[in-house]
Amino acid sequence: MTALLHVDNISKRFGGFVALDGIDLEVQPGERLGLIGPNGSGKSTLVNCICGTLQNENGSVQFEGQPLDGLAAHQRTHRGLARSFQLPRPFHSMNLVDNLRVPLLYTVHSRLGPLRSAGDLDSRCLELLEMVGLAAKAKQMPRDLTQVEMRKLELARAVGAEPKLLIADESMAGLSHSEIDDILKLLMRLNERGITIIMIEHIMSAVMSFSQRLAVLVSGKKVADGKPEDVVRDPEVVRAYLGQ
Amino acid sequence: MIVVNTGKFSLITIAVGAVVMAFSHWVNVDYLYFASYTILQFIVLATAWNILGGYCGYVNFGSAAFFAMGAYSSVFMHKFFPVPIPVLIVIGALVSGIAGLGMGYLTLRLRGSFFAIATLALAVVLQTLVVNWDFVGGSRGAYIIRPETLELPGGIEINYIEYLFFLMLSLAVFAIITARTIERSQLGFGFATIRDDEMAAEASGVPTLRVKLIATTISGAFMGMAGAPFPYYIGYLQPSSAFGLEYAVNSIAMPMIGGTTSWIGPLVGAILLGSAQQYATVTISSAVNLLIVGLMLVGFVIIAPNGIVGLVQERLRKWRQP
Repeated sequence: MTALLHVDNISKRFGGFVALDGIDLEVQPGERLGLIGPNGSGKSTLVNCICGTLQNENGSVQFEGQPLDGLAAHQRTHRGLARSFQLPRPFHSMNLVDNLRVPLLYTVHSRLGPLRSAGDLDSRCLELLEMVGLAAKAKQMPRDLTQVEMRKLELARAVGAEPKLLIADESMAGLSHSEIDDILKLLMRLNERGITIIMIEHIMSAVMSFSQRLAVLVSGKKVADGKPEDVVRDPEVVRAYLGQ
Repeated sequence: MIVVNTGKFSLITIAVGAVVMAFSHWVNVDYLYFASYTILQFIVLATAWNILGGYCGYVNFGSAAFFAMGAYSSVFMHKFFPVPIPVLIVIGALVSGIAGLGMGYLTLRLRGSFFAIATLALAVVLQTLVVNWDFVGGSRGAYIIRPETLELPGGIEINYIEYLFFLMLSLAVFAIITARTIERSQLGFGFATIRDDEMAAEASGVPTLRVKLIATTISGAFMGMAGAPFPYYIGYLQPSSAFGLEYAVNSIAMPMIGGTTSWIGPLVGAILLGSAQQYATVTISSAVNLLIVGLMLVGFVIIAPNGIVGLVQERLRKWRQP
Protein backbone atom coordinates (compact mmCIF):
# COMPACT_ATOMS: atom_id res chain seq x y z
CA MET A 1 0.00 0.00 0.00
CA THR A 2 1.39 3.42 -0.90
CA ALA A 3 1.52 6.01 1.83
CA LEU A 4 -0.97 8.90 1.78
CA LEU A 5 1.66 11.33 3.01
CA HIS A 6 5.34 10.82 2.48
CA VAL A 7 7.72 13.33 4.03
CA ASP A 8 11.22 12.73 2.77
CA ASN A 9 14.20 14.25 4.54
CA ILE A 10 12.89 17.80 4.90
CA SER A 11 14.84 20.59 6.58
CA LYS A 12 14.00 24.15 7.52
CA ARG A 13 16.17 26.88 8.97
CA PHE A 14 15.29 30.26 10.39
CA GLY A 15 18.55 32.19 10.09
CA GLY A 16 21.08 30.20 12.07
CA PHE A 17 18.46 28.16 13.89
CA VAL A 18 17.75 24.71 12.50
CA ALA A 19 14.04 24.13 13.10
CA LEU A 20 13.78 20.87 11.16
CA ASP A 21 16.72 18.63 10.45
CA GLY A 22 16.10 15.87 7.94
CA ILE A 23 12.66 14.65 8.97
CA ASP A 24 11.18 11.50 7.40
CA LEU A 25 7.59 10.59 8.03
CA GLU A 26 5.02 8.34 6.41
CA VAL A 27 1.30 8.27 7.04
CA GLN A 28 -0.90 5.48 5.71
CA PRO A 29 -4.46 6.08 4.49
CA GLY A 30 -6.95 5.96 7.36
CA GLU A 31 -4.26 6.11 10.04
CA ARG A 32 -4.37 8.09 13.28
CA LEU A 33 -0.91 9.45 13.98
CA GLY A 34 0.08 11.33 17.11
CA LEU A 35 2.94 13.80 16.82
CA ILE A 36 4.50 14.91 20.08
CA GLY A 37 7.58 16.72 21.24
CA PRO A 38 8.66 19.38 23.74
CA ASN A 39 7.97 23.07 23.05
CA GLY A 40 10.11 24.38 20.22
CA SER A 41 10.87 20.92 18.87
CA GLY A 42 9.58 21.81 15.39
CA LYS A 43 6.09 20.26 15.36
CA SER A 44 4.33 23.34 14.06
CA THR A 45 7.13 24.06 11.61
CA LEU A 46 6.72 20.55 10.24
CA VAL A 47 2.98 21.11 9.84
CA ASN A 48 3.66 24.44 8.14
CA CYS A 49 6.08 22.77 5.72
CA ILE A 50 3.61 19.98 4.94
CA CYS A 51 0.75 22.44 4.40
CA GLY A 52 2.72 24.96 2.39
CA THR A 53 2.56 27.85 4.86
CA LEU A 54 6.35 27.61 4.92
CA GLN A 55 8.49 26.17 2.15
CA ASN A 56 11.08 23.62 3.21
CA GLU A 57 14.64 24.11 1.96
CA ASN A 58 15.60 20.46 1.47
CA GLY A 59 13.75 17.26 0.89
CA SER A 60 10.25 16.80 -0.42
CA VAL A 61 6.67 16.19 0.61
CA GLN A 62 4.52 13.79 -1.38
CA PHE A 63 0.79 13.44 -1.09
CA GLU A 64 -0.92 10.45 -2.75
CA GLY A 65 2.34 9.86 -4.62
CA GLN A 66 2.41 13.40 -6.06
CA PRO A 67 5.11 15.87 -5.00
CA LEU A 68 3.75 19.01 -3.33
CA ASP A 69 6.99 20.98 -3.40
CA GLY A 70 6.60 24.58 -4.49
CA LEU A 71 2.80 24.48 -4.29
CA ALA A 72 1.09 27.26 -2.34
CA ALA A 73 -0.95 26.42 0.74
CA HIS A 74 -4.31 26.78 -1.05
CA GLN A 75 -3.22 24.38 -3.79
CA ARG A 76 -2.38 21.77 -1.18
CA THR A 77 -5.76 22.32 0.44
CA HIS A 78 -7.36 21.70 -2.96
CA ARG A 79 -5.46 18.40 -3.19
CA GLY A 80 -7.01 17.21 0.08
CA LEU A 81 -4.74 18.37 2.87
CA ALA A 82 -6.42 20.43 5.58
CA ARG A 83 -5.25 21.78 8.89
CA SER A 84 -6.53 23.52 11.95
CA PHE A 85 -4.43 26.20 13.59
CA GLN A 86 -2.95 25.99 17.06
CA LEU A 87 -4.50 29.34 17.93
CA PRO A 88 -7.93 29.45 16.29
CA ARG A 89 -8.00 31.85 13.34
CA PRO A 90 -11.66 32.36 12.50
CA PHE A 91 -12.81 34.93 9.95
CA HIS A 92 -13.86 37.59 12.45
CA SER A 93 -16.22 39.58 10.27
CA MET A 94 -18.34 36.56 9.25
CA ASN A 95 -20.86 34.55 11.19
CA LEU A 96 -20.28 30.85 11.73
CA VAL A 97 -22.16 29.68 8.64
CA ASP A 98 -20.18 32.03 6.44
CA ASN A 99 -16.93 30.91 8.05
CA LEU A 100 -17.69 27.39 6.85
CA ARG A 101 -18.89 28.60 3.47
CA VAL A 102 -15.34 29.68 2.58
CA PRO A 103 -13.74 26.21 2.24
CA LEU A 104 -16.87 24.95 0.51
CA LEU A 105 -16.84 27.78 -2.02
CA TYR A 106 -13.12 27.77 -2.65
CA THR A 107 -12.02 24.16 -2.18
CA VAL A 108 -14.95 21.82 -2.67
CA HIS A 109 -16.29 23.93 -5.54
CA SER A 110 -13.00 24.01 -7.35
CA ARG A 111 -12.56 20.28 -6.93
CA LEU A 112 -15.99 19.19 -8.09
CA GLY A 113 -16.93 22.13 -10.24
CA PRO A 114 -19.83 24.38 -9.27
CA LEU A 115 -22.22 21.54 -8.49
CA ARG A 116 -23.73 23.00 -5.39
CA SER A 117 -26.70 25.30 -5.43
CA ALA A 118 -27.04 28.00 -2.77
CA GLY A 119 -29.43 25.73 -0.86
CA ASP A 120 -26.99 22.82 -0.91
CA LEU A 121 -24.27 25.10 0.37
CA ASP A 122 -26.39 26.29 3.28
CA SER A 123 -27.40 22.79 4.28
CA ARG A 124 -23.82 21.55 4.04
CA CYS A 125 -22.66 24.42 6.31
CA LEU A 126 -25.35 23.56 8.85
CA GLU A 127 -24.41 19.88 8.67
CA LEU A 128 -20.83 20.81 9.55
CA LEU A 129 -22.00 22.98 12.43
CA GLU A 130 -24.21 20.17 13.69
CA MET A 131 -21.27 17.79 13.54
CA VAL A 132 -19.36 19.98 15.99
CA GLY A 133 -22.45 20.88 18.02
CA LEU A 134 -22.59 24.55 17.06
CA ALA A 135 -25.75 24.53 14.95
CA ALA A 136 -27.62 26.67 17.50
CA LYS A 137 -25.06 29.44 17.06
CA ALA A 138 -25.05 29.43 13.26
CA LYS A 139 -25.78 33.14 12.93
CA GLN A 140 -23.48 34.29 15.71
CA MET A 141 -20.07 35.82 15.25
CA PRO A 142 -16.81 34.09 16.25
CA ARG A 143 -16.26 36.65 19.03
CA ASP A 144 -19.37 35.28 20.81
CA LEU A 145 -17.83 31.80 21.11
CA THR A 146 -16.04 30.20 24.04
CA GLN A 147 -12.54 28.81 23.66
CA VAL A 148 -13.70 25.21 23.09
CA GLU A 149 -16.35 26.34 20.59
CA MET A 150 -13.72 28.32 18.73
CA ARG A 151 -11.60 25.17 18.40
CA LYS A 152 -14.58 23.21 17.18
CA LEU A 153 -15.23 25.89 14.57
CA GLU A 154 -11.58 25.65 13.54
CA LEU A 155 -11.93 21.89 13.07
CA ALA A 156 -15.25 22.25 11.26
CA ARG A 157 -13.69 24.69 8.81
CA ALA A 158 -10.83 22.29 8.12
CA VAL A 159 -13.29 19.42 7.62
CA GLY A 160 -15.36 21.71 5.37
CA ALA A 161 -12.60 21.42 2.78
CA GLU A 162 -13.40 17.68 2.64
CA PRO A 163 -9.80 16.63 3.24
CA LYS A 164 -8.23 13.21 2.93
CA LEU A 165 -5.70 14.17 5.57
CA LEU A 166 -6.50 16.40 8.52
CA ILE A 167 -3.77 17.87 10.67
CA ALA A 168 -5.10 19.01 14.04
CA ASP A 169 -2.49 21.30 15.59
CA GLU A 170 -2.99 21.35 19.37
CA SER A 171 -6.75 21.56 19.20
CA MET A 172 -7.05 20.71 22.88
CA ALA A 173 -4.53 23.00 24.57
CA GLY A 174 -6.07 24.80 27.53
CA LEU A 175 -9.32 22.84 27.52
CA SER A 176 -10.94 21.01 30.44
CA HIS A 177 -11.20 17.20 30.65
CA SER A 178 -14.76 17.01 29.38
CA GLU A 179 -13.96 19.43 26.57
CA ILE A 180 -10.96 17.30 25.59
CA ASP A 181 -13.23 14.25 25.45
CA ASP A 182 -15.59 16.21 23.18
CA ILE A 183 -12.83 17.00 20.71
CA LEU A 184 -11.43 13.45 20.89
CA LYS A 185 -14.82 11.97 20.06
CA LEU A 186 -15.14 14.37 17.18
CA LEU A 187 -11.74 13.40 15.78
CA MET A 188 -12.54 9.69 16.16
CA ARG A 189 -15.82 10.16 14.27
CA LEU A 190 -13.97 11.93 11.46
CA ASN A 191 -11.44 9.11 11.32
CA GLU A 192 -14.25 6.54 11.10
CA ARG A 193 -15.49 8.42 8.04
CA GLY A 194 -12.14 7.67 6.41
CA ILE A 195 -10.22 10.86 7.09
CA THR A 196 -6.59 10.25 7.97
CA ILE A 197 -5.59 12.34 10.98
CA ILE A 198 -2.33 13.66 12.34
CA MET A 199 -2.83 14.95 15.87
CA ILE A 200 -0.28 17.25 17.43
CA GLU A 201 -0.78 17.43 21.14
CA HIS A 202 0.84 17.97 24.50
CA ILE A 203 -1.88 16.27 26.52
CA MET A 204 -0.50 12.73 26.78
CA SER A 205 -3.72 11.01 27.89
CA ALA A 206 -5.45 12.32 24.77
CA VAL A 207 -2.58 11.39 22.48
CA MET A 208 -2.29 7.88 23.94
CA SER A 209 -5.97 7.09 23.64
CA PHE A 210 -6.23 8.51 20.12
CA SER A 211 -3.09 7.47 18.29
CA GLN A 212 -2.41 4.20 16.53
CA ARG A 213 1.16 5.33 16.04
CA LEU A 214 3.29 7.96 17.70
CA ALA A 215 6.14 10.05 16.31
CA VAL A 216 8.36 12.18 18.54
CA LEU A 217 10.26 15.29 17.52
CA VAL A 218 13.08 16.68 19.62
CA SER A 219 15.10 19.73 18.51
CA GLY A 220 14.04 19.35 14.89
CA LYS A 221 14.88 15.65 14.68
CA LYS A 222 12.59 12.66 14.79
CA VAL A 223 13.79 10.53 17.68
CA ALA A 224 11.10 7.86 17.78
CA ASP A 225 8.29 6.49 15.64
CA GLY A 226 6.20 3.42 16.46
CA LYS A 227 3.51 1.96 18.67
CA PRO A 228 2.51 4.50 21.35
CA GLU A 229 3.21 2.21 24.30
CA ASP A 230 6.70 1.39 22.98
CA VAL A 231 7.52 4.98 22.11
CA VAL A 232 6.75 6.39 25.55
CA ARG A 233 9.15 3.85 27.06
CA ASP A 234 11.90 4.74 24.62
CA PRO A 235 14.86 6.01 26.70
CA GLU A 236 15.56 8.89 24.30
CA VAL A 237 11.97 10.13 24.52
CA VAL A 238 12.00 9.89 28.29
CA ARG A 239 15.26 11.83 28.37
CA ALA A 240 13.86 14.58 26.14
CA TYR A 241 10.81 15.02 28.29
CA LEU A 242 12.18 14.51 31.78
CA GLY A 243 15.84 15.36 31.38
CA GLN A 244 18.62 13.09 32.55
CA MET B 1 -34.01 41.78 6.54
CA ILE B 2 -35.11 42.20 2.97
CA VAL B 3 -32.70 40.53 0.60
CA VAL B 4 -32.69 41.97 -2.89
CA ASN B 5 -31.03 39.89 -5.58
CA THR B 6 -28.38 41.34 -7.87
CA GLY B 7 -30.65 41.72 -10.89
CA LYS B 8 -33.28 43.63 -8.94
CA PHE B 9 -30.65 45.73 -7.23
CA SER B 10 -29.15 46.71 -10.60
CA LEU B 11 -32.57 47.73 -11.92
CA ILE B 12 -33.29 49.80 -8.79
CA THR B 13 -29.90 51.52 -8.97
CA ILE B 14 -30.32 52.29 -12.67
CA ALA B 15 -33.81 53.63 -11.95
CA VAL B 16 -32.46 55.89 -9.19
CA GLY B 17 -29.77 57.09 -11.62
CA ALA B 18 -32.45 57.83 -14.24
CA VAL B 19 -34.50 59.81 -11.72
CA VAL B 20 -31.43 61.85 -10.72
CA MET B 21 -30.73 62.50 -14.42
CA ALA B 22 -34.32 63.52 -15.15
CA PHE B 23 -34.42 65.80 -12.12
CA SER B 24 -31.14 67.50 -13.07
CA HIS B 25 -32.33 67.97 -16.64
CA TRP B 26 -35.53 69.53 -15.33
CA VAL B 27 -33.63 71.93 -13.03
CA ASN B 28 -30.99 72.50 -15.73
CA VAL B 29 -28.58 74.78 -13.87
CA ASP B 30 -24.96 74.59 -15.03
CA TYR B 31 -23.57 75.03 -11.54
CA LEU B 32 -25.59 72.07 -10.31
CA TYR B 33 -24.02 69.90 -13.02
CA PHE B 34 -20.54 71.10 -12.11
CA ALA B 35 -20.97 70.52 -8.40
CA SER B 36 -22.76 67.17 -8.74
CA TYR B 37 -20.15 65.93 -11.20
CA THR B 38 -17.51 66.27 -8.48
CA ILE B 39 -19.65 64.40 -5.97
CA LEU B 40 -20.37 61.61 -8.46
CA GLN B 41 -16.68 61.39 -9.28
CA PHE B 42 -15.98 60.89 -5.59
CA ILE B 43 -18.66 58.21 -5.38
CA VAL B 44 -16.77 56.29 -8.09
CA LEU B 45 -13.38 56.91 -6.45
CA ALA B 46 -14.58 56.00 -2.95
CA THR B 47 -16.32 52.85 -4.20
CA ALA B 48 -13.19 51.86 -6.12
CA TRP B 49 -10.95 52.48 -3.12
CA ASN B 50 -13.28 50.46 -0.95
CA ILE B 51 -13.02 47.36 -3.16
CA LEU B 52 -9.36 47.05 -2.16
CA GLY B 53 -9.26 49.03 1.08
CA GLY B 54 -12.57 48.09 2.63
CA TYR B 55 -13.26 44.59 1.33
CA CYS B 56 -9.67 43.31 1.39
CA GLY B 57 -8.21 45.59 4.07
CA TYR B 58 -5.32 46.89 1.95
CA VAL B 59 -5.02 50.67 2.38
CA ASN B 60 -4.14 52.39 -0.88
CA PHE B 61 -2.68 55.89 -0.56
CA GLY B 62 -2.09 56.12 -4.29
CA SER B 63 -5.64 56.71 -5.50
CA ALA B 64 -4.55 60.00 -7.06
CA ALA B 65 -2.08 58.10 -9.26
CA PHE B 66 -4.77 55.85 -10.72
CA PHE B 67 -7.12 58.79 -11.16
CA ALA B 68 -4.36 60.78 -12.88
CA MET B 69 -3.49 57.85 -15.14
CA GLY B 70 -7.06 57.86 -16.39
CA ALA B 71 -6.94 61.64 -16.86
CA TYR B 72 -3.58 61.63 -18.61
CA SER B 73 -4.46 58.76 -20.90
CA SER B 74 -7.32 61.00 -22.08
CA VAL B 75 -4.92 63.89 -22.64
CA PHE B 76 -2.62 61.56 -24.56
CA MET B 77 -5.45 60.29 -26.75
CA HIS B 78 -6.75 63.83 -27.26
CA LYS B 79 -3.42 64.80 -28.80
CA PHE B 80 -2.67 61.51 -30.49
CA PHE B 81 -6.00 60.35 -31.85
CA PRO B 82 -9.17 62.01 -30.53
CA VAL B 83 -11.99 59.61 -29.70
CA PRO B 84 -15.34 60.09 -27.90
CA ILE B 85 -15.27 60.22 -24.10
CA PRO B 86 -16.96 56.82 -23.53
CA VAL B 87 -14.06 55.26 -25.44
CA LEU B 88 -11.63 57.31 -23.32
CA ILE B 89 -13.28 55.88 -20.22
CA VAL B 90 -12.63 52.36 -21.48
CA ILE B 91 -9.01 53.30 -22.25
CA GLY B 92 -8.61 54.87 -18.79
CA ALA B 93 -9.99 51.69 -17.23
CA LEU B 94 -7.52 49.56 -19.19
CA VAL B 95 -4.50 51.72 -18.38
CA SER B 96 -5.27 52.05 -14.67
CA GLY B 97 -6.46 48.45 -14.40
CA ILE B 98 -3.20 47.17 -15.83
CA ALA B 99 -1.29 49.57 -13.56
CA GLY B 100 -3.31 48.21 -10.62
CA LEU B 101 -2.41 44.65 -11.58
CA GLY B 102 1.27 45.59 -11.87
CA MET B 103 1.28 47.51 -8.61
CA GLY B 104 -0.45 44.60 -6.91
CA TYR B 105 2.07 42.14 -8.22
CA LEU B 106 4.97 44.26 -6.99
CA THR B 107 3.62 45.34 -3.61
CA LEU B 108 1.11 42.79 -2.36
CA ARG B 109 3.77 40.82 -0.57
CA LEU B 110 3.89 43.81 1.77
CA ARG B 111 1.38 44.08 4.56
CA GLY B 112 -0.25 46.88 6.51
CA SER B 113 1.53 50.22 6.55
CA PHE B 114 4.28 48.97 4.22
CA PHE B 115 1.75 48.40 1.46
CA ALA B 116 0.29 51.87 2.06
CA ILE B 117 3.73 53.47 1.80
CA ALA B 118 4.47 51.58 -1.41
CA THR B 119 1.28 52.90 -3.02
CA LEU B 120 2.18 56.43 -1.96
CA ALA B 121 5.58 55.96 -3.57
CA LEU B 122 3.89 54.86 -6.79
CA ALA B 123 1.99 58.15 -6.90
CA VAL B 124 5.20 60.14 -6.47
CA VAL B 125 7.02 58.17 -9.17
CA LEU B 126 4.18 58.59 -11.65
CA GLN B 127 3.84 62.29 -10.96
CA THR B 128 7.55 62.77 -11.62
CA LEU B 129 7.15 60.85 -14.85
CA VAL B 130 4.24 63.00 -16.04
CA VAL B 131 5.95 66.26 -15.04
CA ASN B 132 8.81 65.30 -17.34
CA TRP B 133 6.71 64.03 -20.21
CA ASP B 134 6.38 66.88 -22.64
CA PHE B 135 3.84 65.30 -24.98
CA VAL B 136 1.09 65.45 -22.33
CA GLY B 137 2.05 68.96 -21.27
CA GLY B 138 4.76 68.25 -18.69
CA SER B 139 4.76 70.62 -15.75
CA ARG B 140 3.09 73.32 -17.88
CA GLY B 141 -0.10 71.29 -18.02
CA ALA B 142 -2.39 70.65 -20.97
CA TYR B 143 -5.37 72.59 -22.26
CA ILE B 144 -8.38 70.74 -23.53
CA ILE B 145 -11.00 73.05 -24.96
CA ARG B 146 -14.36 71.69 -24.00
CA PRO B 147 -17.05 72.21 -26.67
CA GLU B 148 -20.13 74.16 -25.57
CA THR B 149 -22.57 71.55 -26.74
CA LEU B 150 -22.64 67.98 -27.95
CA GLU B 151 -24.61 67.10 -31.03
CA LEU B 152 -26.45 63.83 -30.72
CA PRO B 153 -27.51 61.81 -33.75
CA GLY B 154 -30.83 63.27 -34.91
CA GLY B 155 -29.63 66.85 -34.57
CA ILE B 156 -30.44 67.26 -30.87
CA GLU B 157 -27.91 69.46 -29.10
CA ILE B 158 -27.23 69.02 -25.42
CA ASN B 159 -25.17 71.02 -23.01
CA TYR B 160 -21.66 69.53 -22.79
CA ILE B 161 -21.52 69.67 -19.00
CA GLU B 162 -24.81 67.82 -18.89
CA TYR B 163 -23.21 65.17 -21.08
CA LEU B 164 -20.23 64.88 -18.69
CA PHE B 165 -22.61 64.75 -15.76
CA PHE B 166 -24.54 61.94 -17.45
CA LEU B 167 -21.32 59.96 -18.06
CA MET B 168 -20.18 60.29 -14.46
CA LEU B 169 -23.63 59.37 -13.18
CA SER B 170 -23.57 56.22 -15.33
CA LEU B 171 -20.11 55.39 -14.00
CA ALA B 172 -21.29 55.84 -10.41
CA VAL B 173 -24.25 53.53 -11.06
CA PHE B 174 -21.93 50.99 -12.70
CA ALA B 175 -19.42 51.17 -9.82
CA ILE B 176 -22.10 50.69 -7.16
CA ILE B 177 -23.66 47.74 -8.98
CA THR B 178 -20.21 46.15 -9.40
CA ALA B 179 -19.34 46.63 -5.72
CA ARG B 180 -22.67 45.22 -4.56
CA THR B 181 -22.37 42.23 -6.93
CA ILE B 182 -18.86 41.47 -5.69
CA GLU B 183 -20.00 41.68 -2.07
CA ARG B 184 -22.53 38.88 -2.57
CA SER B 185 -20.34 36.66 -4.72
CA GLN B 186 -17.69 34.04 -4.10
CA LEU B 187 -15.13 36.76 -4.81
CA GLY B 188 -16.61 38.91 -2.04
CA PHE B 189 -16.15 36.07 0.43
CA GLY B 190 -12.58 35.72 -0.75
CA PHE B 191 -11.96 39.46 -0.25
CA ALA B 192 -13.37 39.28 3.29
CA THR B 193 -11.18 36.31 4.21
CA ILE B 194 -8.14 38.34 3.17
CA ARG B 195 -9.23 41.22 5.37
CA ASP B 196 -9.76 38.85 8.30
CA ASP B 197 -6.86 36.40 8.12
CA GLU B 198 -4.77 35.58 5.08
CA MET B 199 -3.18 32.47 6.52
CA ALA B 200 -6.54 30.97 7.41
CA ALA B 201 -7.80 31.96 3.97
CA GLU B 202 -4.99 30.01 2.26
CA ALA B 203 -5.67 27.02 4.52
CA SER B 204 -9.31 27.11 3.43
CA GLY B 205 -8.25 27.02 -0.20
CA VAL B 206 -8.52 30.71 -1.13
CA PRO B 207 -5.83 31.60 -3.72
CA THR B 208 -5.01 34.81 -1.84
CA LEU B 209 -2.51 36.32 -4.28
CA ARG B 210 -4.84 35.90 -7.25
CA VAL B 211 -7.82 37.27 -5.30
CA LYS B 212 -5.81 40.30 -4.20
CA LEU B 213 -4.65 40.95 -7.77
CA ILE B 214 -8.28 40.88 -8.92
CA ALA B 215 -9.03 43.50 -6.25
CA THR B 216 -6.17 45.84 -7.22
CA THR B 217 -7.11 45.53 -10.90
CA ILE B 218 -10.82 46.28 -10.42
CA SER B 219 -10.09 49.06 -7.94
CA GLY B 220 -7.50 50.66 -10.23
CA ALA B 221 -9.73 50.35 -13.29
CA PHE B 222 -12.60 52.22 -11.64
CA MET B 223 -10.27 55.00 -10.49
CA GLY B 224 -8.99 55.30 -14.06
CA MET B 225 -12.57 55.49 -15.35
CA ALA B 226 -13.30 58.30 -12.88
CA GLY B 227 -10.25 60.18 -14.13
CA ALA B 228 -10.78 59.75 -17.88
CA PRO B 229 -13.41 62.51 -18.42
CA PHE B 230 -11.66 64.83 -15.95
CA PRO B 231 -9.58 66.86 -18.48
CA TYR B 232 -12.80 67.71 -20.34
CA TYR B 233 -14.44 68.76 -17.10
CA ILE B 234 -11.58 70.89 -15.80
CA GLY B 235 -10.40 72.24 -19.18
CA TYR B 236 -6.80 72.64 -18.05
CA LEU B 237 -4.99 69.67 -16.55
CA GLN B 238 -1.71 70.04 -14.71
CA PRO B 239 0.14 67.34 -12.73
CA SER B 240 -0.44 68.99 -9.37
CA SER B 241 -4.21 69.00 -9.86
CA ALA B 242 -4.47 65.49 -11.31
CA PHE B 243 -2.22 64.03 -8.61
CA GLY B 244 -3.78 66.33 -6.00
CA LEU B 245 -3.81 65.38 -2.34
CA GLU B 246 -7.58 65.77 -2.26
CA TYR B 247 -8.09 62.63 -4.37
CA ALA B 248 -5.91 60.43 -2.20
CA VAL B 249 -7.37 61.82 1.01
CA ASN B 250 -10.99 61.89 -0.09
CA SER B 251 -11.03 58.39 -1.50
CA ILE B 252 -9.83 57.11 1.88
CA ALA B 253 -11.88 59.44 4.08
CA MET B 254 -15.20 58.90 2.31
CA PRO B 255 -15.40 55.11 2.80
CA MET B 256 -14.00 55.45 6.32
CA ILE B 257 -16.69 57.95 7.27
CA GLY B 258 -19.45 56.05 5.49
CA GLY B 259 -18.35 52.56 6.52
CA THR B 260 -16.03 50.19 4.71
CA THR B 261 -17.73 46.80 4.85
CA SER B 262 -20.51 47.40 2.34
CA TRP B 263 -21.20 49.25 -0.92
CA ILE B 264 -23.42 51.78 0.82
CA GLY B 265 -20.64 53.19 3.03
CA PRO B 266 -18.58 54.87 0.29
CA LEU B 267 -21.81 56.15 -1.29
CA VAL B 268 -23.00 57.77 1.94
CA GLY B 269 -19.53 59.10 2.74
CA ALA B 270 -19.02 60.56 -0.73
CA ILE B 271 -22.39 62.28 -0.79
CA LEU B 272 -21.94 63.67 2.72
CA LEU B 273 -18.32 64.80 2.41
CA GLY B 274 -18.63 65.80 -1.23
CA SER B 275 -21.64 68.02 -0.53
CA ALA B 276 -20.00 69.53 2.54
CA GLN B 277 -16.95 70.39 0.46
CA GLN B 278 -18.99 71.90 -2.35
CA TYR B 279 -20.91 73.94 0.19
CA ALA B 280 -17.69 75.13 1.84
CA THR B 281 -16.14 75.98 -1.52
CA VAL B 282 -18.99 78.31 -2.37
CA THR B 283 -19.63 79.82 1.04
CA ILE B 284 -16.20 79.98 2.66
CA SER B 285 -13.29 79.17 0.37
CA SER B 286 -11.99 76.28 -1.66
CA ALA B 287 -8.98 75.96 0.63
CA VAL B 288 -11.23 74.89 3.51
CA ASN B 289 -12.01 71.60 1.71
CA LEU B 290 -9.29 69.42 3.12
CA LEU B 291 -9.67 70.93 6.57
CA ILE B 292 -13.28 69.75 6.60
CA VAL B 293 -12.23 66.27 5.49
CA GLY B 294 -9.56 66.12 8.17
CA LEU B 295 -11.84 67.26 10.96
CA MET B 296 -14.64 64.91 9.94
CA LEU B 297 -12.22 61.99 9.66
CA VAL B 298 -10.85 62.63 13.15
CA GLY B 299 -14.37 63.00 14.49
CA PHE B 300 -15.63 59.81 12.93
CA VAL B 301 -12.63 57.73 13.93
CA ILE B 302 -13.45 58.68 17.52
CA ILE B 303 -17.26 58.55 17.51
CA ALA B 304 -17.95 55.89 14.87
CA PRO B 305 -14.91 53.78 14.01
CA ASN B 306 -17.06 51.61 11.74
CA GLY B 307 -18.46 54.60 9.89
CA ILE B 308 -22.02 55.78 9.60
CA VAL B 309 -23.21 52.40 8.32
CA GLY B 310 -21.58 50.65 11.28
CA LEU B 311 -23.16 53.13 13.68
CA VAL B 312 -26.63 52.62 12.22
CA GLN B 313 -26.26 48.82 12.23
CA GLU B 314 -25.21 48.88 15.87
CA ARG B 315 -28.18 51.08 16.84
CA LEU B 316 -30.53 48.76 14.95
CA ARG B 317 -29.15 45.72 16.72
CA LYS B 318 -29.59 47.34 20.12
CA TRP B 319 -33.08 48.46 19.19
CA ARG B 320 -34.09 44.94 18.11
CA GLN B 321 -32.76 43.20 21.21
CA PRO B 322 -33.35 45.56 24.14
